[in-house]
Amino acid sequence: MSSFEVIRKDNIDVSVLYLKGYLDAHTYPNFENELQKLVDERRYKIIVDFQDLNYISSAGLGVFMGFIETVRDNQGDIKLCSMSPKVFKVFDLLGFPTIYQIVKNPDEAHEKFERGDKTA
Amino acid sequence: MKNLSGAIRPHNGWKVIVAENNVFTLNIPSRTDNLEIIRDFVITIARKQGFSEDSIGEIELAVDEACANVIKHAYHFKDDKEIAIQVETDEERISITISDEGQGFDPSSLESPEERLQKHARGGLGIALIRKVMDEVTFNIHPGNTHVRMVKYIPQAS
Repeated sequence: MSSFEVIRKDNIDVSVLYLKGYLDAHTYPNFENELQKLVDERRYKIIVDFQDLNYISSAGLGVFMGFIETVRDNQGDIKLCSMSPKVFKVFDLLGFPTIYQIVKNPDEAHEKFERGDKTA
Repeated sequence: MKNLSGAIRPHNGWKVIVAENNVFTLNIPSRTDNLEIIRDFVITIARKQGFSEDSIGEIELAVDEACANVIKHAYHFKDDKEIAIQVETDEERISITISDEGQGFDPSSLESPEERLQKHARGGLGIALIRKVMDEVTFNIHPGNTHVRMVKYIPQAS
């Protein structure tokens, strides 16, 4: 069963991680490794695109918690975009929209980085 | 769907209700790669029962979170252990009981999701999610014999 995939695309100083499939307690290490690589490379401006993500559980949400402080301490951010209503609901239930910027699409996320907009 | 009624082992203080054609049980090794199978098992039953896709997503999430907790906290990723998932349905509701033989825990000792979020702490959010998406959640916790029962009602047309 191949149920989760992460594709990374770098655009000058912003990196986009495209998530596909099912992000749960089994697959989250794959996503965690990709975020760790970005931090190791000192690439702190990160967009996570949920367009093709079918499912997320709290194990997937927990990954963001592990990186957000480091990323923000280095003048970066993790911005989230293109969530289906089903995926957004899980973030919303746990109050994530008060801490993370969740926008409609990657263009909007890029614009927010360009403007230095950090408001959640 | 194959009716696996009776496959679950009864424990002291816990009654297994086996009704005709509306109790389904799945006993499965405690491994994270089985979460997808567990979700599919419950989704199939909930969909057959007529829940909306929105509600099915909530049931899927609650069962995943409960089983992930068992794998991590009750069995500490030991894959020779087993999780039992029992799904019971009637015209009004779906009732799902997740059983394990781990050491149990105190659900009242858990921090709220707001506290966890404030601390940027990872983990500990599963039970909060279960409580938010299901109509009833009951913990019956004894070392070696723990059950989490979750109920969701089908909205009735007025």
